[in-house]
Amino acid sequence: MTNFPGFYRSSIGKKMIVALTGVILMLFVIGHLLGNLQIFLGPRWVNDYAQHLRDLGPLLWAVRITLLIAVFLHIYFTVSLALDNRRARPQGYEKRNYIKASYASRHMVVSGLVVLAFVVFHLLHFTGRKFNARFPMLKNDPLNHYDVYSMMVYGFQNVYVSAFYIIGLFLLTLHLTHGTSSFFQSLGLNDKKLTPQLAFGARVFAWLLFIGYTAIPVAVLLGLIHPAQQL
Amino acid sequence: MNFQLNVWRQANAKSKGKFATYEARNIAPDTSFLEMLDIVNDELTERSEAPIAFDSDCREGICGACALTINGQAHGPKHPAAACQLYMRSFDDGKTITVEPFRAKPFPLVRDLVIDRSALDRIVQAGGFIAARAGSAPEANSIPVPKHNADLAIEAAACIGCGACAAACPNASAMLFTAAKVSHLAFLPQGAPERTLRVTKMVRQMDAEGFGNCTNTYECEAVCPAEISASFIAKLNREYARAVLQRSVGE
Repeated sequence: MTNFPGFYRSSIGKKMIVALTGVILMLFVIGHLLGNLQIFLGPRWVNDYAQHLRDLGPLLWAVRITLLIAVFLHIYFTVSLALDNRRARPQGYEKRNYIKASYASRHMVVSGLVVLAFVVFHLLHFTGRKFNARFPMLKNDPLNHYDVYSMMVYGFQNVYVSAFYIIGLFLLTLHLTHGTSSFFQSLGLNDKKLTPQLAFGARVFAWLLFIGYTAIPVAVLLGLIHPAQQL
Repeated sequence: MNFQLNVWRQANAKSKGKFATYEARNIAPDTSFLEMLDIVNDELTERSEAPIAFDSDCREGICGACALTINGQAHGPKHPAAACQLYMRSFDDGKTITVEPFRAKPFPLVRDLVIDRSALDRIVQAGGFIAARAGSAPEANSIPVPKHNADLAIEAAACIGCGACAAACPNASAMLFTAAKVSHLAFLPQGAPERTLRVTKMVRQMDAEGFGNCTNTYECEAVCPAEISASFIAKLNREYARAVLQRSVGE
């Protein structure tokens, strides 16, 4: 691409990269939720699902690397854009009265960085199996699969851990209420009639994700789901 | 009506500015905001004080010269309207009104509320025109233009270049201005020959001027006195993507 350097250095080019990587991450968030919700179907479902994922082997790593690159580009270009934005108004207003710019849209960097911190914790917690004395004691299930079900239940029985998950998910929701409609605009897939519909759709989508994801720690804390093995 | 004004005063670009308080007394409700400033300035002149410098020209909402941020909103609380079409009846009697210049790095301050908006002119000079001299207006039906496109082109062409979009944007981005200037030509056959180069050059100039980047907050369209829709920014993004793709394959 002869013009590519100009593209990724331009404001619009950078935004398009942020939008495209955002879409990749959003698709992951949907897939991850559908996978996790299998906890409500019982230990067999989640443990089999987790085993299938691990059995993907190199394919799993391809997906992981793609996601990692998407996360890196998404953050790198957003931070670069945000720094430009700060430089663009060295002297601020004494009084500021926003009409249309939503709270979520004005705090994407903050919500994004908290989500990043949450994701790091989440990976250490459930993928690295840290922060819980019971995780190493878990025995494999009858099919000799790792007992993800019990791991999730024991993990979320800690109120502080669950609270942090809910806060992280809330900020992800805030991020997505803007992000999910914003990427259409950045990629030029928008017009006057579509704008309010996309904004509404994005809010519904983000809050559905929030309900879906938080249902798991909430169900555990309410005692609706019990571990498959007692420790 | 009576008001207390909290106005940004700054002698020149280099000096340090600060807010100063003035009283506006016995103002008729149908006085425009700029006329109210004229009245205050008359009193200041009588007291041998420097009048508040502010820009104005047509005072009927078509020139875009009156760049004022009033109570934290570009062009004040009544939308859509330029500050010159804002009347004092829009404010509550006895209230304090804060008046600031448009704040953005590419809009250097000249004096008090006067800013230099030539950055916007330079974006247009980069490609917001048709290079060929087309002569006088041709027969209207000799170049077919679909009605929908003509409507959109006229909508975009309504931009008066006041800079309120950049002033109101949380990131000081001039995307709505550039979008309007790119779109009104992109929708018409006359703009077609230079379409690819135009958007590339104008976006490059916009970035070079030091404007911020659009984060799709749509604050711009909320303050635009010409009601330019932020959907033109989507159009600009489409035009830009198309240009990059075309140039990448060597067209």
